[in-house]
Amino acid sequence: MKVLVPVKRVIDYNVKVRVKSDQSGVDLANVKMSMNPFDEIAVEEAIRLKEGGTATEIVAISIGPEKAQDQIRQALAMGADRGILIKTDDDIEPLGVAKLLKAVVEEEKPELVILGKQAIDDDSNQTGQMLAALLGWSQGTFASKVEKDGDKLNVTREIDGGLQTISLALPAIVTTDLRLNEPRYASLPNIMKAKKKPLDVKEIGDFGVDVAPRLETIKVSEPPKREAGVKVETVAELVDKLKNEAGVL
Amino acid sequence: MANLVVADVHGSSIDESTHKTVTAALAIGGDVDILIAGSGADDAAAAAAKISGVRKVLHADDPAYAHRLAEPLADLIVSVAGDYDAILKTAATTGKNVMPRVAALLDVMQISEIVSVEAPDTFVRPIYAGNAMATVKSNDAKKVITVRATSFKAAEEGGSAAVEKVSAAADPGLSSFVGEELTKSDRPELTGAKIVISGGRALASYENFEKYIFPIADKLGAAVGASRAAVDAGYVPNDYQVGQTGKVVAPELYIAVGISGAIQHLAGMKDSKVIVAINKDEDAPIFQVADYGLVADLFNALPELEQAL
Repeated sequence: MKVLVPVKRVIDYNVKVRVKSDQSGVDLANVKMSMNPFDEIAVEEAIRLKEGGTATEIVAISIGPEKAQDQIRQALAMGADRGILIKTDDDIEPLGVAKLLKAVVEEEKPELVILGKQAIDDDSNQTGQMLAALLGWSQGTFASKVEKDGDKLNVTREIDGGLQTISLALPAIVTTDLRLNEPRYASLPNIMKAKKKPLDVKEIGDFGVDVAPRLETIKVSEPPKREAGVKVETVAELVDKLKNEAGVL
Repeated sequence: MANLVVADVHGSSIDESTHKTVTAALAIGGDVDILIAGSGADDAAAAAAKISGVRKVLHADDPAYAHRLAEPLADLIVSVAGDYDAILKTAATTGKNVMPRVAALLDVMQISEIVSVEAPDTFVRPIYAGNAMATVKSNDAKKVITVRATSFKAAEEGGSAAVEKVSAAADPGLSSFVGEELTKSDRPELTGAKIVISGGRALASYENFEKYIFPIADKLGAAVGASRAAVDAGYVPNDYQVGQTGKVVAPELYIAVGISGAIQHLAGMKDSKVIVAINKDEDAPIFQVADYGLVADLFNALPELEQAL
């Protein structure tokens, strides 16, 4: 089966984000950008499905600026077969992304779309579920295990208090949680090879999809700061303070 | 104006976060109704009816809702959505799974994990794992919202809302339940606990969690958490994880033991009322957010703490 894997270009997870002084957003100038970590897990899972004989072709897609080609190339270097970039310099909300992906799914006809459960920039955790809704497909979110079972897909999900396993009718949407796998590093020869793999660049306008934002960001501010408290010398002093000063014991 | 809170139903009871999400719905303004979707959930509906400030409880009972599968639950919520201006659910695993599906079916952009209500259409939500706070205004006629429960006070008991049966929506039959492995524990659930004690990589093994952390947790009636480092090292299961990629907690008292305080961990606990850090490295970043810091070897300090409680 063909697998589609959307990947997002985001601020690298090791970068400490800074809020702009005019409160219009966070500072993206000269900041290291990377593939969203949950999307790397999605790419890795697709590759494992291919190595295991379940997947036949992996298409990586990104919606973003010209430079998002870097993230698609990374997916190709890891083992995806070809890439699609839908070019835009605007921030597209999850609903708009889901609508664009729906158009791509209708053209590419994958049987499975694997997405990261959330992007570490806006922390929305919506796109996969929205795409499932728009397509009328089943969804297996926050997956820690994915297994083909005949014409179904068994997905073990991380839920509050433990794990839940569900069986999905195909075609299906899966979103990845942290423990699904550990993504591989691309080897240098594979990075070189990835440069020759096909990457289609499309314009967002070609799709005729309404991606106008529904949310307006009024401001972005620093979170309330927490001040460091006091150091205590002994366990006895700690217990005393918790009982008599903080009143929490 | 009327808002609908979709309760988190566990068998025949409702999750206590429902009370907090009701508070968020009341802050938006207008009447607040609760939807109970479950299988054999009469008691859950009766419990929801007792929450103060609730106008009525809609109760849909069907085996399709027993395991909170996204597709039938989303269809049910959409079937009753017509009467409401805002639909809210706690941002726990079920809400995160179902509500974006509801939003897309209604052609609405969801507002995820709000921590405050500024106006009926304006909300604050954390982005970049809580390293920035975004104030967003929704231009959708209908709002679909998930609520970070730890940021709202629980609504009081004392209501007596009417319970109205609503019919189940047709099950689209796209997914089915296979099984569940729930961590068995007599300790409280992490996200709702008043006291949380968490261990980091310095614990070095599950046996040490058992020997040093669990006895204190049991004495305090506390939930046990862990840093991502301790989870990745395999000492404890993933659902113990507190942080950006795990659970967000805000208890009265948070005790961090042998946790250095990576940004990723702080994102999950910095809204706790009182933070205690026990770490032998006096330069550990966790001390920068701790109200009380104890520089000590945990293997000496914890048995002493257990004795002192």
